[in-house]
Parts: sequence; C-alpha cells; structure tokens
Amino acid sequence: MSTGPIADLVVPKAGQNVWLVSLSAAAMAFLAVFALALSMSSARLADSWAQALSETATVRIAAQPDEIEAQTAQVLEVLRTTPGIAAATVMAQSDQAALLEPWLGPDLPLDMLPLPRLIEVTEFGGGPDRQGLRLRLAAEAPGAVYDDHTRWRRPLVQAASRLQSFALLSLVLIGGVMSAIVTLAASVALSANRQVIRVLRLVGARDRFIARAFVRRISRRALAGAAGGTALGMAALLALPDPGSAVPVLAGIGFHGLSWLWPLSIPALTFVLAWASSMATAFHVLRGVT
Amino acid sequence: MISLEGVSHDYGGGALFRDVTVQLEPGSFYFLTGPSGAGKSTFMKICYGELKPSTGTVTLLKRDLASMTRDDLAQARERIGVVHQDCSFLDHLTLEQNVALPLTATGRPISDSDLEDLMGWVGLTDRADAKPPTLSGGERQRAALARAIVAGPSVLLADEPTGNLDWEMSQRLLMLMIELNRMGTAVLIATHDLNLIRFAKAQVQARVIRIAGRTLQLAGAEL
Ligand SMILES: Nc1ncnc2c1ncn2[C@@H]1O[C@H](COP(=O)(O)OP(=O)(O)O)[C@@H](O)[C@H]1O
Ligand SMILES: [Mg+2]
Repeated sequence: MSTGPIADLVVPKAGQNVWLVSLSAAAMAFLAVFALALSMSSARLADSWAQALSETATVRIAAQPDEIEAQTAQVLEVLRTTPGIAAATVMAQSDQAALLEPWLGPDLPLDMLPLPRLIEVTEFGGGPDRQGLRLRLAAEAPGAVYDDHTRWRRPLVQAASRLQSFALLSLVLIGGVMSAIVTLAASVALSANRQVIRVLRLVGARDRFIARAFVRRISRRALAGAAGGTALGMAALLALPDPGSAVPVLAGIGFHGLSWLWPLSIPALTFVLAWASSMATAFHVLRGVT
Repeated sequence: MISLEGVSHDYGGGALFRDVTVQLEPGSFYFLTGPSGAGKSTFMKICYGELKPSTGTVTLLKRDLASMTRDDLAQARERIGVVHQDCSFLDHLTLEQNVALPLTATGRPISDSDLEDLMGWVGLTDRADAKPPTLSGGERQRAALARAIVAGPSVLLADEPTGNLDWEMSQRLLMLMIELNRMGTAVLIATHDLNLIRFAKAQVQARVIRIAGRTLQLAGAEL
C-alpha cells in the first residue's frame, strides 16, 4: 500500500461546492482570455498609432494662385534647413486628387479649385522644434500651416491606452473574484469536515497534511475548469468573423503569432491562485479547530 | 512518558477532579476506573492533549503541553495510540485504510503483511473493505484498537476499549494490549469493568487508579 493515493483520499468528495469551483474557474478563464486579448490588442494599437503618426506631418499652404509657387519654394527651403526633418515632398496633384476622390467624386476639375498645396514631411528623432518652425513659417510664408497630427492623434492613443488599463483592471478583478470563490469553497469544505479534521488530528496529522488534502482537490478542480474556459475562449476568438481591413480596430482584437501562447498561462495562474488562496484559508480555519 | 502535576478540570459546573498528580512511566500498565460521569474520558483527553486542563501542568513525552504548538502535539501523537470512547473514523475510507491512517497521515511506510496480521488479531480480516458506518459497535472498537497500535506507539491510551465486546473478545484484546506492554508500551485503560481488571492483574503487574469524590486514589488490593 503506498502513501500517495490515500493521502489524496483522506478528504471526502465535497460534492456541489467543488463543482462550483470548476464552473467559476471556467467562466473566469473564458472572460480572462478576452480581457487579455483586449489588453494586448489595445497596447498594440496604441503603439502603432503613436509610431505611424508621430513620424509624419503635413504642411498646408493656402495662398493666392500667383503666390503659391513662391511660398512653396520658401517653405521647402525652411524645411530643408530645419533639424529633425528627414524629407519633405510636395504632393503631386494626382495624389491629392486621389485623396479627395472619396469625398468629391472622380471627375474633379482640380485646376479650377483653390486647393491648398500639401507638403508631406517625414520627421526623425523627436521631430523638429514645432514652436520655432511655426514662427519661421509664419514669417517666411504666411499661408503655410505645419500640421503634425498631434491634435487628433493624442486622444486616440489615450483612448487606446485607457482601454488597455481597463483590460488589465478586468484581469485583476477576475483574479480577485476567482480567489474569493476558492476561499469560500475551501472554508465551506473545511467546516463541513470538522469531524474528518478531528480524526486526522487524533492520528497525528499535521496542519500541512490536512490543508494539502483539501487544497489539492480544490486547486485541481480550478485548474481543470480554467483549462476548459481558456480553450473555449480561444476557440471563440478564432471563430470571430474576420472583418477584413475595413474596420482596422476590430480586426486587431485577438492574438497574433506567438502571442497565442499568452492565454495558455491562464490555467497555470488560476492553479497557483487557487492553491495559494485555499492554502491560506485552510491554515486559517485549522488554527480555529482544535 | 505522560505526567500530570496538580491537574484540576472543570467544564464550568464544578471541578470533576482536583490536584491530580500521576506519572505514566515507560512500560507501566494502569487501569483508570470510577463510576460513569466521574471524568474518566476527561482525564484521558487531558492525557493525549485534546483538552487543556483548567489548572496544573501536563507533560507529554517530556514537553509541557501548555507550550506545545499544534505541530508539536501532532508529533507527540505519532507516538501515542488512542482509542477514543466514541471511536470516530473517516467514513468514506475502508476499514483497512482507516486502520492504516496513523501511518498514512504522517507519511510513514506501511507494511501490507503487518497490516493484515493486525486485522487478523482483532478479528476484522473479513471486514477489511467495509466502510465504518456499516460496522457494529464491537467491530468499531476492535478497529479503533487496531488503529491505535498500528504505528507501534510508546503509549497506548484506551477509553472503554471493551465496552461493546463479549467477554471472549474482551479477553483477546486485553491480551493484545498486555503483549504490547511486555514489549515496552506504557498502557492506560479506562474501564468500569472490574472483571477485566481482575483478569489483567493475573497476567501483568497493573496498577489501578480510581476517580472518586473528585480525587484520584490508588485503589486497594481488593480488586
Ligand atoms: N465537553 C463537555 N462540556 C461540558 N461538560 C462535559 C463535557 N464532556 C463531559 N462533560 C461532563 O463531565 C462529566 C464527566 O464526563 P466524562 O469525562 O465523559 O466521564 P466518564 O468518562 O467517566 O463517564 C460528565 O458529567 C459530563 O456530562
Ligand atoms: Mg467516558
């Protein structure tokens, strides 16, 4: 007869409240998969927006038709001598037409419209000293406006990182609820088995042995539940219809490549969390049973 | 092994016994007797540390009970075999698993053949796989004794171990305890069965202590 299997059996099957642990672990893991996906996607989104937008800017020149060539030349000269600017190119009229087409239709008589001239600027490093550049442009070419997208970029990046904070907070809350449920289940199981504890004490079992017998069963249940919930969550993400590139924000939710490994940590973390909180509960309860 | 010094106990309704001083030496054999309700079970509980006395000092295996942690107490119980008066078991385990529990619960190795021998000695070989709730009172007492001695304790404390047994089985279990005592185990049996005490005195040098009138007395030779 070996010690192992019986050591596992000294606690009677706890019935319903153990099922509660499996079920909650499954539900919590399912939610955790989505929170994790959201947190990673919003981080990626914030990053890519911040990066893509921070390195480009536009100079818009609005002037009388007879002045526009001169001002353009002057702006280009200013940009060329400004540190922090890698390149500046005047946007071709055809490109500009392409940009406007969705709004104004294909047959655009561009020559007839008093369109502003656009210069695409690529920045590098931290970009130019924007305040200084604006002052110089105002002096040299009064019709030119330097637009580095910051105005509309900042709230987007902020929203994305706020979204990430919420997702992380959700993960913390899910963990908290999980350990509360495990704590409850553990203390119910222990109180329902006072007689078992008393007999075990009588034959010389230590708190550690008794606690482990309870904790092992509960944390295994939590692990099994969390594994199931995680699998379901990942399957649900995989089954999300691909919205294509039309809705880039939606397309970003989910895991990509190696980041699919991340949700696999959910069952492991659940197990550790369940073990720790039921162990703490067990020792607490055992201290009160003599 | 176990010593009580100036021990009194009171559940709240007056002292059951006062100022008791006893020493259970290695290899000794004691009977504890007295009328029902005198406090025999209470005395036994104090002896294995389930109950802390109202006053006085209890020393278990050279350590002061008052300063022992729960782990210390568990460690001491590895060497103290107890037959509890109410014989509680883990009802979801088989009888054999229950008997082996003192070894399982403390991570000590179990010898299958020793376990079988023991089950045979107490006449429970046929019932090895039965669950405790299906046992008769006598079977429970025999199983409780088997559990108390499975780990080869230094001290055996048995509270009314033969209360539900016929005379033949009582004698058989008593002989088992006497045999253990000859091999060095200190034995303390609480009983009000005077026949049992007389039978034992013919086999072994047993001392009899009696709880009466709130004191503990060494009983005379009339037994
Ligand atoms: N846990 C308890 N709380 C209060 N009174 C108790 C408790 N256990 C026993 N008693 C009382 O103490 C007295 C002695 O009980 P006990 O030690 O079981 O006697 P015995 O074993 O000699 O029959 C009885 O009157 C009993 O009612
Ligand atoms: Mg009694």
